[in-house]
Amino acid sequence: MAGVRALGALSRITARRYVLSGISCRTFSVALAMSARTHVNYEVKEDVAVIRMNDPNSKVNTLSVRMQNEIIEVFNEVLANDAVQSAVLISSKPGCFIAGADINMIQACNTSEEVTKLSQEGQKMFERIEKSPKPIVAAINGSCLGGGLEFAIACQYRVATKSKKTVLGTPEVMLGLLPGAGGTQRLPKMVGIPGAFDMMLTGRNIKADKAKKMGLVHQLVDPLGPGLKSPEERTIEYLEEVAIQCARGIVHKKILLTKKKGMMQKVQDYVMGIAFVRQQIYKNVNGKVMKMSKGLYPAPLKIIESVKAGLEQGPDSGYLAEAQNFGKLAMTSESNALIGLYHGQVACKKNRFGVPERPVKNLAILGAGLMGAGIAQVTVDKGIHTVLKDTTVEGLSRGQQQVYKGLNDKIKKKAITSFERDSTLSSLTGQLDYSGFEKADMVIEAVFEDINIKHRVIKEVEAVIPPHCIFATNTSALPIKDIAAASMRPEKVIGMHYFSPVDKMQLLEIITTDKTSKDTTASAVAVGLKQGKVIIVVGDGPGFYTTRCLAPMLAEAVRVLQEGVNPKKLDALTTGFGFPVGAATLADEVGIDVAAHVAEDLGKAFGSRFGGGNVDVLKTMVERGFKGRKSGKGCYVYTPGLKSKDVNPDIDDLLEKFKLTPNPSVSSDSDVQYRLVSRFVNEAVMCLQEGILNGPVEGDIGAVFGLGFPPCLGGPFRFVDTFGADKLVAKMRRYEEVYGNHFTPCQLLLDHAKDSNKRFHK
Amino acid sequence: SQRMLKQTLFNLLKKTLAKPGVKNIVLVEGVRTPFLLSGTTYADLMPHDLARAALQGLLHKTSLPKDAVDYIIYGTVIQEVKTSNVAREASLGAGFSDKIPSHTVTMACISSNVAMTTGVGLITAGQCDTIVAGGVEFMSDVPIRHSRKMRKTMLALNRAKTLGQRLSLIGSIRMAHLTPELPAVAEFSTAETMGHSADRLAAAFGVTRLEQDEFALRSHTLAKQAQDAGLLSDVISFKVPGRDTVAKDNGIRPSSMEQLAKLKPAFIKPHGTVTAANSSFLTDGASAVLIMSEEKALAMGYKPKAYLRDFVFVSQDPKDQLLLGPAYGTPKVLARAGLTMDDIDVFEFHEAFAGQIMANLKALDSDWFAQTYMGRKVKVGAPAMEKFNLWGGSLSLGHPFGATGCRLVTTVAHRLLKEGGQYGLVAACAAGGQGHAMVIEAYPQ
Repeated sequence: MAGVRALGALSRITARRYVLSGISCRTFSVALAMSARTHVNYEVKEDVAVIRMNDPNSKVNTLSVRMQNEIIEVFNEVLANDAVQSAVLISSKPGCFIAGADINMIQACNTSEEVTKLSQEGQKMFERIEKSPKPIVAAINGSCLGGGLEFAIACQYRVATKSKKTVLGTPEVMLGLLPGAGGTQRLPKMVGIPGAFDMMLTGRNIKADKAKKMGLVHQLVDPLGPGLKSPEERTIEYLEEVAIQCARGIVHKKILLTKKKGMMQKVQDYVMGIAFVRQQIYKNVNGKVMKMSKGLYPAPLKIIESVKAGLEQGPDSGYLAEAQNFGKLAMTSESNALIGLYHGQVACKKNRFGVPERPVKNLAILGAGLMGAGIAQVTVDKGIHTVLKDTTVEGLSRGQQQVYKGLNDKIKKKAITSFERDSTLSSLTGQLDYSGFEKADMVIEAVFEDINIKHRVIKEVEAVIPPHCIFATNTSALPIKDIAAASMRPEKVIGMHYFSPVDKMQLLEIITTDKTSKDTTASAVAVGLKQGKVIIVVGDGPGFYTTRCLAPMLAEAVRVLQEGVNPKKLDALTTGFGFPVGAATLADEVGIDVAAHVAEDLGKAFGSRFGGGNVDVLKTMVERGFKGRKSGKGCYVYTPGLKSKDVNPDIDDLLEKFKLTPNPSVSSDSDVQYRLVSRFVNEAVMCLQEGILNGPVEGDIGAVFGLGFPPCLGGPFRFVDTFGADKLVAKMRRYEEVYGNHFTPCQLLLDHAKDSNKRFHK
Repeated sequence: SQRMLKQTLFNLLKKTLAKPGVKNIVLVEGVRTPFLLSGTTYADLMPHDLARAALQGLLHKTSLPKDAVDYIIYGTVIQEVKTSNVAREASLGAGFSDKIPSHTVTMACISSNVAMTTGVGLITAGQCDTIVAGGVEFMSDVPIRHSRKMRKTMLALNRAKTLGQRLSLIGSIRMAHLTPELPAVAEFSTAETMGHSADRLAAAFGVTRLEQDEFALRSHTLAKQAQDAGLLSDVISFKVPGRDTVAKDNGIRPSSMEQLAKLKPAFIKPHGTVTAANSSFLTDGASAVLIMSEEKALAMGYKPKAYLRDFVFVSQDPKDQLLLGPAYGTPKVLARAGLTMDDIDVFEFHEAFAGQIMANLKALDSDWFAQTYMGRKVKVGAPAMEKFNLWGGSLSLGHPFGATGCRLVTTVAHRLLKEGGQYGLVAACAAGGQGHAMVIEAYPQ
């Protein structure tokens, strides 16, 4: 089952920004509003005011109410000070300029009008900055995102460090919002219409050198190494020195703010000046957005609308449209869902099991297959010495090549240098025997999914590893306690369920048995976090959480196919609901053989409830060699090098044999969608009911990041809250009448249906 | 009185760094060709020609019998592929006996330091008594290669058997094949050019443009004075075939602060501080020294110039500490020799960039740096400027990468003789984040 590929919007939810200062902090700041400034101060260096921002309560700066008020206060003083001719705006925090707006500020609003007002206040503040008679230079080191970027682009000049931590971007779209403080109006003018759409619609992070090329920043400063102060401290100081020079340069007209336009620029401006061309761009972008989002995400459309309003009807309309659209978006369930996922992701990036007794420095991986090598790839560049063991030279060298290729691709993207690749690879040892295992702190096995092989491996390994070494098993369905049965030290045995491809998929599902020690769990989570994973820790049981939720949905998908819906249509229905990957494609990606295996295993474990489609459909497909993408044929035919895929012509025959007559009362497109989704959601709720899940947050994160549950719905639990448990139960009852216990709602879902005050998320 | 006695004993001991059971190794003589801006009078030569000139100069100056040498070692950085063992080609051409083995070493700007210390090692190990070490760099002509694609095609062409195969290979050549590959003074590991790294280093230590220009001016001024006073006696005159005889370094150009201030930064634009004038320039030149065991030198009737004592090689991060070799090497070698900064009478540091020198001096003078990066309790302190590079340095005299080390050592020996000091210290940085430092002791006159 470890083969779920999530694409599109899902993979974009990687925000690590918008750290919250919390309710308590806001009341705290109100209480101190009249006293000395705590977030912003300034110092006059000859004729330049250096304005420094530093939120004392957080690792990052956010544009909280307090921060904004103090900035305005300082700005007024700077304007009033005759000795000052220009200003530099800089953060005292290493690695963060301003990470964005304070989400809580938006979430505390109850109506779209309130949010619109917030947006307008922000617009007003940045308009004053933009129109400042004294030039302001933004000196950027670290994250400059969302409201932070909008602030920076309102300044007259921008200098940024070339540090890896320096990223600029407008990630609002990933939270279902838009840049609501002038961003939709200023960006198109600064980087051009196509560039601005690219930034705002993808929300991607832009590194400093790219930002310079785009015209987002004017000048770059190199990060410094050791000197007479720490590199971080001195780099900020140096940035400040250069920014001061720039500020003086602007005042003394040595630096001109209006650059002479090159020929290309003139041509581009001319082309963009043609209304027809702009209309084509809007149309084109709109079309792309609709295709990607299936119209399920309102934010991108509102972004296009706001940009268009500004460019076609003038700034007044533009700013108004931006503020109003911002207000509207903040009240949407999609934004609520995406913000929920963001919070969940932050929570799942923490180790709630504490610091492990000994950090894992030597990790051994058994099996150099797709998973094993993938795990090696995400481990070896984190300073952990990694042993990759296989049983054959061919298997091993395939795995080593996969790791090499993974790193080499990063060179092509300029994320690392060839030298860094080489030195990273020096921490990877490929071998066929158990030599050196006496030094291993953790062993992760990724061998074939067969309980007997796993038992043999665990015995072999336990004979050579030191007593403290943890044995983690990467399985997608076999219960960990069954695997641990062969262990002499079950407290050191844990499940680590990675998703394929390991270097792309963010989720790691960690499975503990009732014998697994807390330190073992802490250690597994610590390793996962180092590998950059979003982690859910779940209880043991057949299919754990993720596989268990997916199985009934796939069973239903098989039934839908048997009922005569072709794979393309099935995919369209699922992606139309918001899944980044359609159910038929998903089955191909996971592997039909794996799906068959899991369906059979879980069918045995959970009985008729897990029925639906006939397992023999899958088995017959496997017999005929249709194992999915890996065998070139599954529901679809895959031609190497070709991106498009056609439905496997042989599948029709095969399905004909297993044909079921659909019941028209539960076979509308919408019903098919809800049949698929409700079985998924019901199983997820049952996992919470049975204590497999620690809470709804992990349930939502696991479903979205591991299985591609629609991000716009925020995960199964948020979906129940938003959609209404009662409505969902009503639908399920209707399906239950036709199909029986496959659709019987679980007790917890019934409880929520009975009492509308019961919610999974507050 | 017992304390007095101890003090006297200590002073007596301080007089020499000789160690029981360790051979005394001496510098008998050191010479170099004039160091010239690349692309000037040496432009048509080859690297081994320059090395040959230095070797012949050494032979001439020492009257050394051509078969009295046990081993010849040369250092070089940018290798001419035809003479990759430039030591052998030069020694044969200089008329040394063909029975003398010779090899070439490379360690960026401290290549000739490695040549010398390799010789010291051979003598200490009892394998040799008489070593000629030297270094050469020839930047007027560097190997510019065809692109990898082109080389691959050409090599395949070599193996092609039929006309058809040849034609198809020739037909596969595209414009992109023709782009040449130029050697860059850049780190392989980081792809950063050295000047860029020097500018960042200067910024990290808060070295201002003014400080750098002042130091550059000092270097040129002192070099000019030394040249005019005839102190640069290691320079031999060299009749360049087809050209004039050169007898002087030609890069010494004392200017004014105003002139220096006019230059734009060369690497980090527009706010950098390293300019062409406060950096060392691309130089052609060669050097050679005669190193012997003390007994052998005396037996052969030589009057040695100095003892070569303790030395260290150091390495650090090639990204952010590329040019900090002297800061790391100096305290280490002083500790080995049991000396303090005050004991040193003559300092000769390799001046790669004025900003690099100032950064190293600031690092040496910082307790914080000593504690944070060198694991020392306190700093060793910066060298006194009145003892420092008094006859100019790489900034003004020039810096043929492979040859500078021998110039530094010879200059220390000559300055100790001239100034009457006891101990000298050589320190240099090198690409790759490496460095070298050596203590030299005056030979009793």
